Amino acid sequence: MQTLRRTPLYERHAALGARLVPFAGWEMPVQYTSIVAEHRAVRTSAGVFDVSHMGQLTLTGDGAHDYLQGRLSNDLDRIGDGYAQYTLLTNERGGITDDLIAYRRRADDYLLVVNAANVEADHAALDETDDVSAEWALLAVQGPEALDRLGTAVEPFTFREDDVLGVHCLVAGTGYTGERGCELGCAPDDAAQLWDAILERGVVPCGLGARDTLRLEVCYPLHGNDISPERTPIEAGLGWACALEKEFTGVEVLRRQKEEGPAEKLVAFVMEEKAIPRHGMRVEEGGEVTSGSLSPMLDVGIGLGYVGADHAEPGTRLSIDVRGRPKSARVVKKPIYKREER
Amino acid sequence: MAADESYPGDLKYHSEHDWARIEGDAATIGITWYAQDALGELVHFEPPEQGGSLAKDESYGEVESVKAVSDLISPLSGEVIEVNQAVVEAPETVNEDPYGEGWLVKLRLSDPGEVETLLDVEAYKKLLEEQ
Repeated sequence: MQTLRRTPLYERHAALGARLVPFAGWEMPVQYTSIVAEHRAVRTSAGVFDVSHMGQLTLTGDGAHDYLQGRLSNDLDRIGDGYAQYTLLTNERGGITDDLIAYRRRADDYLLVVNAANVEADHAALDETDDVSAEWALLAVQGPEALDRLGTAVEPFTFREDDVLGVHCLVAGTGYTGERGCELGCAPDDAAQLWDAILERGVVPCGLGARDTLRLEVCYPLHGNDISPERTPIEAGLGWACALEKEFTGVEVLRRQKEEGPAEKLVAFVMEEKAIPRHGMRVEEGGEVTSGSLSPMLDVGIGLGYVGADHAEPGTRLSIDVRGRPKSARVVKKPIYKREER
Repeated sequence: MAADESYPGDLKYHSEHDWARIEGDAATIGITWYAQDALGELVHFEPPEQGGSLAKDESYGEVESVKAVSDLISPLSGEVIEVNQAVVEAPETVNEDPYGEGWLVKLRLSDPGEVETLLDVEAYKKLLEEQ
């Protein structure tokens, strides 16, 4: 039996009565009170997530820039020092080994924040990096009031070292919810003090359940569901994160696929009948649901899935096989949920 | 608001965490506090057809939370005489009041003798302790 790993905040989660579940080898809170309530807190005020399970790789020194530039899909020269960038680690077939955020501290000094389930695969593909995951705790504070509650400010996709609520942190204007806010990286020993101080500011503790529904509403892909080593960024609609004019692993496959057009595309859809799509359900026109849930903000079933390129235009009708019952859905433009709808 | 844990003494229980309130040859059925708590906030109720027949121990519909889907297992056999449309419209009613406003279906029993096979509250609580 494999032992589940615990973050420095495990006791805090247990004391709050969180429902703890196995996730990528970690024992993580899926919810504290209700996924719907936690989701709404992030959309309307502020919520905090323990995402200390995520992995951190660093690469510092001469050649760091060129090494990563040759292996990550996005162009590190599009950002300056102190900026963060969404990027992909691709394989020889153009498939997505992982999606990650690269933090450019200096031209030859990078921090990569990667998915918990992929730390080993990423470290193997980026063998010159150091795995420093054990040195970091990570809290995501998200929502329209998040920065005010923390008494700090940070622009999207920038970062700096700073003290937040008395704790020395890496403060980054990143997240996975579609809301303003930040992610705070700190030493594991400081995590409980930071967590307590954030909760004292009235920020709502939120679990991975709400994190999943929040990211789905704004159509951020989840690696392992919507993107994988068998799917390319072109199919997944992530061509914007691929600098095809530079050389990186699998780029020839992606250039060819972009020119020819992918056979299948990842689309967002909204149910037109009362039904909730789920991962793995069949799309009757050909294809598969990769993520599905009820949208807590729109109160309808929503999902992401791969369909034939001829069924990918917004407005196209799809039929989802919901445990033997065909249910009607409509392809929509991403994101499914937009702030303006408030 | 989610209800506090309770198991009324006047109900009969099925081991799949359903309850039945027997009124002559009719029964109102629903899911127990334990079942709704395990699922989390309900967001969908797929009801059986009015007039359709349910068989004891077999699935008659589904309830879904954000994360999970669960089959509804009928504690008794009979004909569906009423579906709780309030729960179809607002499934979270089950979390708020699982034995009252959150009932799911009313049945005309086809075999009232089946009631004898259900658990009383003490037996059901004992089963929960063993979970």
